[in-house]
Amino acid sequence: MSTTYLTVRQRASKLGSAFAMFRNAKSIAGLAILMAFVLVAIFAEQLAPFSPTQINPRARLQPPSAEHWLGTTHLGEDVLSQVIYGTRGVVIVGALTALIAMTIAIVVGVLAGYLSGWRSEALSALANVFLVIPGIPILIIIASQFTNPPLWLIAAVLGLLGWGWGARVLRAQTMSLRNRDFVQAAKLNGERLHRIIGVEMLPNLMAIIASSFVGSVTAAILGLTTLSYIGVIPVNAYNWGTILNWASAQGAFVQNQWWWYLPPGLCIAAIGVALALLNFGIDEYVNPRLRSAGERARAMKKKGLDVTNAVTVVRAHQTSTENQ
Amino acid sequence: MTTTDVTEVVTQGTTATQAAKARAKVPWRFLGQRAAFYLFTLWAALTINFFVPRMMKGDAVDNYLARNREISPEAADALRALLGLDSDKSMWEQYVDYFGMLLRGDLGVSITHGLQPVSGVIATALPWTVGLIGLATLAAVVIGTVGGAFVGWKRGSRLDVLIPITTFLSTVPYFWIGLMAISVFSVGLGWLPIGKAYGVGQEPGFNLEFILNVIEHGTLPLATIVIASLGGWMLGMRNMMLTVLDEDYITVAQAKGMPNRRVLWRYAARNAVLPQIQSFALSIGFIVGGAIIVEQVFSYPGVGKMLLDATNAKDYALMQGGFLVIVLAVLVANIVADLVYAVLDPRTRQSEA
Repeated sequence: MSTTYLTVRQRASKLGSAFAMFRNAKSIAGLAILMAFVLVAIFAEQLAPFSPTQINPRARLQPPSAEHWLGTTHLGEDVLSQVIYGTRGVVIVGALTALIAMTIAIVVGVLAGYLSGWRSEALSALANVFLVIPGIPILIIIASQFTNPPLWLIAAVLGLLGWGWGARVLRAQTMSLRNRDFVQAAKLNGERLHRIIGVEMLPNLMAIIASSFVGSVTAAILGLTTLSYIGVIPVNAYNWGTILNWASAQGAFVQNQWWWYLPPGLCIAAIGVALALLNFGIDEYVNPRLRSAGERARAMKKKGLDVTNAVTVVRAHQTSTENQ
Repeated sequence: MTTTDVTEVVTQGTTATQAAKARAKVPWRFLGQRAAFYLFTLWAALTINFFVPRMMKGDAVDNYLARNREISPEAADALRALLGLDSDKSMWEQYVDYFGMLLRGDLGVSITHGLQPVSGVIATALPWTVGLIGLATLAAVVIGTVGGAFVGWKRGSRLDVLIPITTFLSTVPYFWIGLMAISVFSVGLGWLPIGKAYGVGQEPGFNLEFILNVIEHGTLPLATIVIASLGGWMLGMRNMMLTVLDEDYITVAQAKGMPNRRVLWRYAARNAVLPQIQSFALSIGFIVGGAIIVEQVFSYPGVGKMLLDATNAKDYALMQGGFLVIVLAVLVANIVADLVYAVLDPRTRQSEA
């Protein structure tokens, strides 16, 4: 009802406030790095100088050169092209897994938070079971069942196993929202359940959803590259973990062929940094103390005060005046 | 205060003594809830463990036959019966049998280890894993929590740099840090051995030479796990400290002249550590998963490497046994975290009242 009276500008500002958590330097830097990787994944064909599987017997294990910017593998494949094509698997699995995990997490978490009594407890116990059971061993066992598991299947398994944390955080936040005045007022107005959850509560859960989403993407990328590295995911679908699998199997780490193992690892790290920055940004938006604490402490230091000793400093000052 | 009041106080106790009595009371409701949760989780894990190998294509015996050709079809059938793979039983009967065997501690036999009982194979691998992953996790939690408390206390100082650095390290997969450690410290500098739990030709025994050898081999994998998992603990503790340090009771404690050290550890850190313990309980499964891969990277003869080898060889009994042990270890760690939490936070014990 109430939204029908909103003007266009009010709507725009409402939409804008939903993205306020991304409007700080850390979040923007993180998003920029992520976008760069997504673009690389989309335009892999145009960007890669070679096919990732193009064998060249005359250029094996070459260090970086003008022709092969990141050198070549034991078969003469171009490492740069492999890294570029490898971005696809990582981006697809990361996004798909997080979508699946967050869909389950939002449904279970918000329901568990909104309901009360045994239903809430049962849903919460379910989420905790998925949190406690170690995922990687299950993934190893499941992935080994398939000779050639497609990426969507890996994403589905990662997502089905990885929603527990998001559901838990969302439940806690929903429980605290449930008793706030505006939700109670909506209830008394006779608003329907889906409207209370969708219009009243969900906007207040956006920051937590975003932060859980980022966490899911991180976990999915770590899971995918780890499984690819140990070789339970087919070696023909290139991603950064697969490259490391090949490099490790061919002894690149022992023979110090750094151009082969360093780039894929640094790419995993770079995407990890982007996601961590994004998470820092959201965290500081949700809990402004995290940002202000450091700023306040530095401001106090400028005035010659010690932040850990704020109270005693004042007393020391008093005693010194008494002595005079 | 009249005499009757005094006798009343002596016989019945003040509010403080009542609180002390309440503390001694066993919180049955809390314990019951937790026990039910753990039993349910255990059942869920065991059921997954039962069904996953049965959904697979091709069984372990086919795999075994491919490697040992001189086995007759009768012997193959006998082997199937021995491994519980005979197909004339219904799924439900197999499920009941499976739990019966688990209760007797019978995990079947391992095809890749010359038909040795799985429990024996696991028993040789388990001490290495408990030693390596247990120690590493404990070290990471202690260093991260103490470090995070200190960084939070010294907010705004140069120590803040530690937070992005450790967070960066925790976004990189465990195995890559392990591989980098090998290439730098083992291959590049030659300081530490590349892998395995002890050197070739070393006879396991309780003597100084062997122990030193084990420590030398364990340093890199241990350091890898600590470095990779430190960030989460440090960030979590520091964020919680920043919130707690703004509380009024901290200001009051400082205003009445309490030594800073006591304010930091007994007032701020003790309260900030509570969510830490909860997140320890919940993330232990994730950590163990990553640590398993570290065993693979360093060819460390623990349960994780055993599980991977068993999976590659389709040795289902050993695979199930390995998964079971990992789940049990995670559940035990959770129970310990629950107990520590109950000791540190009186509110969980008083939920009865």
